[in-house]
Amino acid sequence: MCAATASKIEVTVPEGVKLPIFMDNHSTTAVDLRVVHAMLPFFTQHYGNAASRNHVFGWTAEAAVEAARGQIAALIGGDAKEIVITSGATEANNLALKGAASFYKKQGNHIITVETEHKSVIDTCKRLQREGYGVTYLTPRKDGIVTPEMITDAMTEKTILVSVMLANNEIGVVQDVNAIGAAIKAKNPKCLFHTDAVQGAGKIPFDVEKAKADLVSLSAHKMYGPKGIGALWVRRKPRVRIDPQIDGGGHERGMRSGTLPVPLIVGFGKAAELAKEEMHDEAIRLAALRDRLYKGITSRLTETYVNGSMEHRLPGNLNISFAFVEGESLLMALKDVAVSSGSACTSASLEPSYVLRALGVGDELAHTSIRFGIGRFNTEAEVDYVIELVVKSVERLRALSPLWEMHQDGIDLNSIQWTPH
Amino acid sequence: MAYSDKVIDHYENPRNVGTFKNEQDVDASEVGTGLVGAPACGDVMRLEIRVKDGLIADAKFKTFGCGSAIASSSLATEMIKGMTLDQAAQISNTKIVEELNLPPVKIHCSVLAEDAIKAAIDDYKKKQAK
Repeated sequence: MCAATASKIEVTVPEGVKLPIFMDNHSTTAVDLRVVHAMLPFFTQHYGNAASRNHVFGWTAEAAVEAARGQIAALIGGDAKEIVITSGATEANNLALKGAASFYKKQGNHIITVETEHKSVIDTCKRLQREGYGVTYLTPRKDGIVTPEMITDAMTEKTILVSVMLANNEIGVVQDVNAIGAAIKAKNPKCLFHTDAVQGAGKIPFDVEKAKADLVSLSAHKMYGPKGIGALWVRRKPRVRIDPQIDGGGHERGMRSGTLPVPLIVGFGKAAELAKEEMHDEAIRLAALRDRLYKGITSRLTETYVNGSMEHRLPGNLNISFAFVEGESLLMALKDVAVSSGSACTSASLEPSYVLRALGVGDELAHTSIRFGIGRFNTEAEVDYVIELVVKSVERLRALSPLWEMHQDGIDLNSIQWTPH
Repeated sequence: MAYSDKVIDHYENPRNVGTFKNEQDVDASEVGTGLVGAPACGDVMRLEIRVKDGLIADAKFKTFGCGSAIASSSLATEMIKGMTLDQAAQISNTKIVEELNLPPVKIHCSVLAEDAIKAAIDDYKKKQAK
């Protein structure tokens, strides 16, 4: 084995690559310039309140909002009238779960979800538990997948709602929501199916009819739209009811009051339209870049472990553990590249990723995980630079790691009496 | 999180990285090793001291952990070189916190470095007692 140095490494930045590189596209995305251009007139020219019925400013704003609803709904095969605008997906998830649980509480008090869901689903469910609802948190398979059988096995006569995300924000694992929706409805047509489609919508094909979904959460800023805007799609046929969580002027057919942020909605609509048009080609390009990243890293480094199914995964996602190298120290080495880690040191709670834990990934490997999120604006040259930087940084940090040395010496790390602190 | 320049310096140019175990001129009886932390907690430090005539003649470390953990152990090796065992045993984590400007959330890294020094001294003393 070549003796990597423990000191700072230098990697040449290829021509055309500008630092820092953003490769954290699950956290958010840059707003596409075409989206910005669509939004701009609605700040200073068409700034009317979409709820104003008696002048042209209001009519123009309302028409723009209705057009955007159509664009958003078209992305998921729904109808414009089914779109309830929210401040983002956290609100959409809260509204879907709390609103449905409240409205249907006479039918039952049981909800099913999965341990790997986003915190805005998990924590909403925890609150509902405190209010007397029963919640089943399913543990996915080791590859992150939840099977339809797992869900139907957990369903009881009291189950009113199942919430399973389309694609996971950390590991990018894509659930077979079509099979899940079909299984739920086959067992109990009255049981509602909610899916948090934030990471998947606009990245992979998704259709509310194929999934037999009742409630779908969306967010603009994960699909190159602006932050602060999302939507809950609420099925109209057969009609799905939710109790509003914000009271006021009765906007959004009474389901979500509050003046509509017209420029943001227009931007969301444009982003959804672009995503629908470009998804097919973009997915192919991103998957190729992701595979290039994966091969570039794993062909040169041993003891790397991909977290979650490689087969059922978002095109731009790679979540990988670099055994014996703590995640935060690796992020520090990659300081000109924006990525995330499942390491405890990077979280406010000082706990490693709960998503990786749910998959059964040991804490020692969870601490070494890095999430790469490749997006619309990443280039092949950037990926090549990141490969070089990651490989050299991991080699350097392994040269510094007592665990790596012990592993090289054939010592079983499980045989050592560690001193947890 | 923003690191102090000193943490970044120790992280980028760690001092005294390595082990004495493969050095032929070092007698194993001169060396004390402290291995502290746990992989499941996200940090493990191994600190080795080489003692000659009652003084810590040399020190080496390897650390699995965040940037602050690497910097804390790197700094610890610098601090203890030339000290007597008693002097080294009295180094407290607050000294490391001050020197590296560690934020509150990273104080445990300095505690681990203090523990590593003490564990290495204990190991050396145990070897001598045999």
